[in-house]
Amino acid sequence: MTTETHPGTDFTEAGFDTSEGRVFTVSGQDWDTLTEELSDHADERIVVNMGPQHPSTHGVLRLILELEGETVTEARCGIGYLHTGIEKNLEYRTWTQGTTFVTRMDYLAPLFNEATYCFGVERLLDIEDDIPEKAQVLRVLLMELNRISSHLVCLATGGMELGALTVMTCGFRERELVLDLFELITGLRMNHAYVRPGGVAQDLPDGALEEIRDFITLMKKRLPEYAALCNANPIFKGRLVGVGHLDLEGCLALGLSGPVLRSTGYPWDLRKTQPYCGYEDYDFDVITWDTCDAYGRFRIRLAEMWESLRIVEQATDRLAGLVGAPVMVADKKIAWPAQLAVGSDGLGNSLDHIRHIMGESMEALIHHFKLVTEGFRVPAGQAYAAIEGPRGELGAHVVSDGGTRPFRVHFRDPSFTNLQATSVMSEGGMIADVIVAIASIDPVMGGVDR
Amino acid sequence: MTEPERATEGEDRTPASATVGTGEGAGPARGMFGVSGSGDTSGYGGLVRSLVRPGAEERPYGGWVDAAADALVEVVGAEPGVVIHRGEVTFHVHREHLVEVARQLRDDPRLRFEFCGGVSGVHYPDEAGAELHAVYHLLSMTHNRRIRIEVSAPDVDPHLPSLVGVYPTLDWHERETYDMYGLVFDGHPGLARILMPDDWPGHPQRKDYPLGGIPVEYKGATVPPPDERRAYQ
Repeated sequence: MTTETHPGTDFTEAGFDTSEGRVFTVSGQDWDTLTEELSDHADERIVVNMGPQHPSTHGVLRLILELEGETVTEARCGIGYLHTGIEKNLEYRTWTQGTTFVTRMDYLAPLFNEATYCFGVERLLDIEDDIPEKAQVLRVLLMELNRISSHLVCLATGGMELGALTVMTCGFRERELVLDLFELITGLRMNHAYVRPGGVAQDLPDGALEEIRDFITLMKKRLPEYAALCNANPIFKGRLVGVGHLDLEGCLALGLSGPVLRSTGYPWDLRKTQPYCGYEDYDFDVITWDTCDAYGRFRIRLAEMWESLRIVEQATDRLAGLVGAPVMVADKKIAWPAQLAVGSDGLGNSLDHIRHIMGESMEALIHHFKLVTEGFRVPAGQAYAAIEGPRGELGAHVVSDGGTRPFRVHFRDPSFTNLQATSVMSEGGMIADVIVAIASIDPVMGGVDR
Repeated sequence: MTEPERATEGEDRTPASATVGTGEGAGPARGMFGVSGSGDTSGYGGLVRSLVRPGAEERPYGGWVDAAADALVEVVGAEPGVVIHRGEVTFHVHREHLVEVARQLRDDPRLRFEFCGGVSGVHYPDEAGAELHAVYHLLSMTHNRRIRIEVSAPDVDPHLPSLVGVYPTLDWHERETYDMYGLVFDGHPGLARILMPDDWPGHPQRKDYPLGGIPVEYKGATVPPPDERRAYQ
């Protein structure tokens, strides 16, 4: 059966015949009609098209499931519904403008996208060692806050898909706190473009450290609530334990990384194994579980939020000792010239900077103009920067031809790769477990389709 | 599918002399703004810059790279073109040898690149005979190293052997590269488009793919698509 529409059919519940079988469109509240019509065909194989607009498919993911009763015999994914050509767009903007595009890929982990892109650009520029300490600490701080918010959405939506609505409301309640911090620090809740080649866009605003400390205190109270609500909950365990099984061999063959890989007991975390951005200076543990299932991945994410909180705490302490330190590379040929400030009409160029370029120094004006319109040149070559995103290895393959714009940027998004495991995780199981298996992969379609 | 003169791909790919595409034909970049005939009176039109990619290394490469190159010479009998740039290692291999090379990199206990991060295509329209490149990002978790395998195919014969048999994770990655660049991975179990609609014409990430755009008219003139606009290059 297919889901193609045919001339003359009007998407009513009554089925219509195609060359491959009878097709029914189900939109709810019509089950009586459906079972009546199906009673003659009950022994035939049934192909169910789920999505791409289904709330349980994590965005616009389309699943094509072949069923025998309630058992899934074949599961395939259809993706591409959120493809926006971000990688192509990057080729027509300057290197700095690139961060505004990549941040929109995996929209639940925007700061990771920005960071890995900037690591790639900085490697090609050969300025990796020149990034100021404060910029690196700020990146770590924001990435770990982002990991918490991303994992919270994973638990929240995963809970919602099980019918555990309380987990959803709690998850989004706490995520909102993280987004408030993002808004305070970067100016935006999403799509920050805060991490830039050479450093970060602006310094911490006044009072940010206190806000972060308040958040840490609150999270230390709230995180145990998740554990108390879910960890030993019989319904929760009944739905998650043993579901979405994928062992280490399967993970490596299919290229899975992140919590799915760590749920096989293998402690692979790029923050530890190939430290970047100064992660070697922070004290944290790599969380593993050895059940290879959705429950293990849930527990890993829960525990990783604690570890992220530890890192955030250490980063906050370091930032307290770095007041006034630079957040952008010293090389003025790369560093974004504009200094931002919050004025009466919102965030914009600081008046001091405007006064400097408009009233004091012609050279500063020329420099500002050249860098903003033309950008900087990046030496020809290619680099692959990989970091540990919330969903696994997030890599940016950055190619330069020596010009002011990227020649090619490719993102190795963990959601894209991990989603390939859908078939292996769900075939042979119940249809209800497909949802759990996919939720345990935690795909974000913005990252899958880019 | 193979051309005799490309048999020594390893040496042939020595990028020391190879220039990277400028969008204006082969050779160095001319001018400043990417578009000619636009009445550029800035004087920058005469600017000539030669763009040079990082060059190939000579032995010894240092560290584990020599051993890796040795292991590849054992199976394919030819030295790979080795580029080490910013601490990252790239092996340029001929497409004929790709599957053997990948299997050796995965299985040899000295190498053990058991994790493949995927493949990304790159289109160099100015590299005659090797316009389409595929770059594989491999990771050895055993030895904690990374390596890149780069392989090229001419535009007129855009075929590469599929590596899905060695790294099953490349299933979707190869489909994406086919979708975006038109590289055909022979032996792939189902090489269909993945991100673009099934009936989409063309391969959008190629440099020669027309960008189109909606013409915006203003006082008789229209705004051209981004690839035809005047812009710094």
